[in-house]
Amino acid sequence: MFTQRTLGQVRKGGNEWERELERSVEQKPERMERFSTVSDVEVKRIYTPEDVKDTDFARDIGYPGIFPFTRGCQPSMYRGREWTFRMFSGMGSAADTNKRWHLLLGQGETGLSTAFDFPTLMGYDSDCPRARGECGKCGVAIDTLTDFEILTDSIPLDGVTTSMTINPPAPVLWAMYLAVAEKNGIGWDKIGGTIQNDMLKEFIAQKTLMLPPKPSIRLISDTVEFGTKYVPRWNTISISGYHIREAGSSAVQELAFTLADGIAYVQDVLERKKLDVDSFAPRLSFFFNSHLDFFEEIAKFRAARRMWAKIMRYRFKAEDPRSWWMRFHTQTAGCSLVAQQPYNNVIRTTAEALAAVMGGTQSLHTNSLDETLALPSEFAVTIALRTQQIIADEIGVANTIDPMAGSYFVESLTNEIEERAWEYINRIDDMGGMLAAIEMGFPQREIADAAYHYQQQIEGGEKVVIGVNKYSTGEQVYPPLLQISEGLEEEQIARTMEVKRTRDNRKAIQSLNALRAACKTDKNMMPYVLEAVKAYATEQEICDVWRDVFGEYRESSVHL
Amino acid sequence: MGLAKRVLQGDVRATARLLREVEEELPGAIDELKVLYPHTGKAHVVGITGAPGSGKSTLIDVLIDAYRKENKTVGVIAIDPSSPFSGGAILGDRIRMQRHATDEGVFIRSLATRGWHGGLSKAAANVIHIMDAMGRDVILVETVGVGQAEVDIMNFAHTSLVALVPGTGDWVQTLKAGILEIADIFVINKADKQGVNEVEVELQAMLQMGAPSAAAWKPRILLTEAINNKGIDDLMEVIRQHRESLIASGRYEAYLRERSRLELVEVLKSSLMDRVSRMATEDDYVEKLIDDLASRRVDPYSAASDVLKRIVQEGKF
Amino acid sequence: MTSGRKLRILVAKPGLDGHDRGAKILARAYRDAGFEVIYSGLHQTPEQIVHVALQEDVDLIGLSCLSGAHMYLFPRVIELLKENKAEDITVIGGGIIPVDDIPKLKKAGIKEVFLPGGSLKDMVDWAKANVEPCRYGERKE
Repeated sequence: MFTQRTLGQVRKGGNEWERELERSVEQKPERMERFSTVSDVEVKRIYTPEDVKDTDFARDIGYPGIFPFTRGCQPSMYRGREWTFRMFSGMGSAADTNKRWHLLLGQGETGLSTAFDFPTLMGYDSDCPRARGECGKCGVAIDTLTDFEILTDSIPLDGVTTSMTINPPAPVLWAMYLAVAEKNGIGWDKIGGTIQNDMLKEFIAQKTLMLPPKPSIRLISDTVEFGTKYVPRWNTISISGYHIREAGSSAVQELAFTLADGIAYVQDVLERKKLDVDSFAPRLSFFFNSHLDFFEEIAKFRAARRMWAKIMRYRFKAEDPRSWWMRFHTQTAGCSLVAQQPYNNVIRTTAEALAAVMGGTQSLHTNSLDETLALPSEFAVTIALRTQQIIADEIGVANTIDPMAGSYFVESLTNEIEERAWEYINRIDDMGGMLAAIEMGFPQREIADAAYHYQQQIEGGEKVVIGVNKYSTGEQVYPPLLQISEGLEEEQIARTMEVKRTRDNRKAIQSLNALRAACKTDKNMMPYVLEAVKAYATEQEICDVWRDVFGEYRESSVHL
Repeated sequence: MGLAKRVLQGDVRATARLLREVEEELPGAIDELKVLYPHTGKAHVVGITGAPGSGKSTLIDVLIDAYRKENKTVGVIAIDPSSPFSGGAILGDRIRMQRHATDEGVFIRSLATRGWHGGLSKAAANVIHIMDAMGRDVILVETVGVGQAEVDIMNFAHTSLVALVPGTGDWVQTLKAGILEIADIFVINKADKQGVNEVEVELQAMLQMGAPSAAAWKPRILLTEAINNKGIDDLMEVIRQHRESLIASGRYEAYLRERSRLELVEVLKSSLMDRVSRMATEDDYVEKLIDDLASRRVDPYSAASDVLKRIVQEGKF
Repeated sequence: MTSGRKLRILVAKPGLDGHDRGAKILARAYRDAGFEVIYSGLHQTPEQIVHVALQEDVDLIGLSCLSGAHMYLFPRVIELLKENKAEDITVIGGGIIPVDDIPKLKKAGIKEVFLPGGSLKDMVDWAKANVEPCRYGERKE
């Protein structure tokens, strides 16, 4: 990027600076012997053109909306449209969550995002013994289409996009959304949204488990195929690094394992469904974590886009530029928040949200200050939403595209993160791909080691957490918290019982039998799931069919 | 009521506590063991060894399932390494067996290797006795990896299983470790992986070279996919055949004698070692002997003979 | 003939949430402090947890729950320990726990509650100060 003459000047200046530095450090040593990012990538004192001398503007940086998309996936980025303010929310009953959704939309939220409770996430109904005590606790409880109708009451499904964080039972919840749209007379071509539907990262990190890997992947490919044919604006998979990071990975691991998961999905759809790569690749979406280290995160987002573009173009030979682009949602790092002095969490979230915006995210969730203690209160979630709005409208960072480009440090860090991520991807390729790597426990082990390393750095004071290992006061001031009614479980179970009592039972059973039969063929299962949902079969009844046919997954390698 | 009596009644808490006391060599534990000993010798002990990652725990999980279907009660001893740095340990083998956690017919106990330097087999033998006395029909012992300590433990099993996985070089290491000689059954686990044939063929060749043709039991090779519950019926059948062959050939008696001999030697060794190290701390007799050795006033054989004489004269350990 | 008596600790994940980062890190920290740690794995019922605690003869159970179901799950573990005459086993908890719930949990028999951001050293020190390895002849039964 620079002429020999410039580089000569850089070196000359560098020598002079080093002499000055030596004197200065002699008098007053630096604060730490070693400076590093949150992920422990060593950071130098200063970055100069020397560090990016091999970077080629056209090849490595370029322009937004154009390969390799380092600077953003759309040509006008936030000057055209702000990122979507998409607050992950869900609690209690469907009616409680519907109320929260209307509140947030009224406050200027521009996209919905659904948090389900654990029984729903795992494919159990609220009356399942394993679900005791969990109903509505960390998200909304959905058992049947009836709940889903209440959840989406008066929400304009053709006017807002909805993300659903759901994995093993993703086809069921998606089918409910499609059924509700159909009932309201809204065509499937008019609705948009995302189902997370990313099982590989569940095996690696989040552990919402149901079926073994192979049938899990088949279900995912079924949804991808169905979406490609009938629901063209839907993102049928959100390949997620978020949970990998929350489980304690480094930024590089988050990036590498997410891309390796993406490679595995594309490969499976190509092999199983024989679809043309350009027919589905543009609808693949991603989901990343934005952690505390400002520059590291920005570099990670930029490297992510550049790497995915290369993967799709060169590895999978996609030709449509829209297959090369990487669109992603970002959530600020839940694991970076602490219970001590909880109001400080607003500041952490602000920095993380800013990094996501500087990194070019398409949509953003900002955590609430009280999330280490409970689900967000209205008070806390409003501040979190306002945080995004202030970044968008007040501080000027959305005025120009990719303002960090050309920073010696950020470009160099982008290159370094990319390089290290390729090393991981190559190792995973050598193991036979991500499924094989997961089976060997490779990503799990790497993450567990990184998590412990980070925690030890905090314990040793090498990494600072304000209020925990520095400026800790022992004082405990807590905000008022959201309470989930203990009576909710009973009400929810009663509602589900009522649905079961009043539905056409023969039709429900027939639809489940048809699904069972379809499991044993290589037919796409989505139409059968839709029929079952419309016949008011419960989520668990549908998932039990799968568990019965394919077996339940048991974790085979646990790395401590 | 003493712990031993409660163990004999199948009491879980008492058994767990006695196991702990035996493991920690607390005074009194040996007296309890003495009470239990006449009630042992009934269980069938199956040892399972293999390199880390060969799926031993998952194999045990499905074996538990199979034995429970036959209405047999099961005890499991899962051994994990202690940290050489802190002496602590993370015992995670039972994670894969947790679906049996609430089954009263299954008792799973995790053991850390601790500083047992070779004493591991003695501790394992005692744990086996206690589970046996508690009335378990089958006791499954999972070793840490493959090495001399594992071979020693396998001496206390009636049937020795060796788990191998294709696709890694680990199985070669496994066979090198002296496991070939003690294995009754080889289980090639994760048989859906590439390289199964290679392992099987090589293993066959090695067995044909090594085994005397007159042996009553020729080691068998089986393929399983424990995680998918495949091949387990065959494995159960071969374990049964092995047990029957032990009894039918009269080798069972011989085996029991051999095991008793080993145990006596182990207990003698550790008791003597213990007594000697106490002599070293209680009086300075041993220290003086060592001074004499160092200055070549006496040779080690005469010194050891002196020590033994002194112990015998005292008439107690 | 004594070797060191070691604290045996069960680190357990009751409920349906899969957030095991904290539990795993804690298990390692306990190991590095010289304790023997049995890790239960994910998605355990209170019944499973108590059975493990009894079979493994642990001195301390650390429950980690981030799903919000702690008000049912934690007291249920205590209840089952009592049913099995094993209330001498100390139980602590951690996770996403509203501060208002802490006194209720303590009343139910949970000895201490640790929140996100807490230090490992504190948790290790707590175990050292408050839990004794069971000793022969000293058992409360």
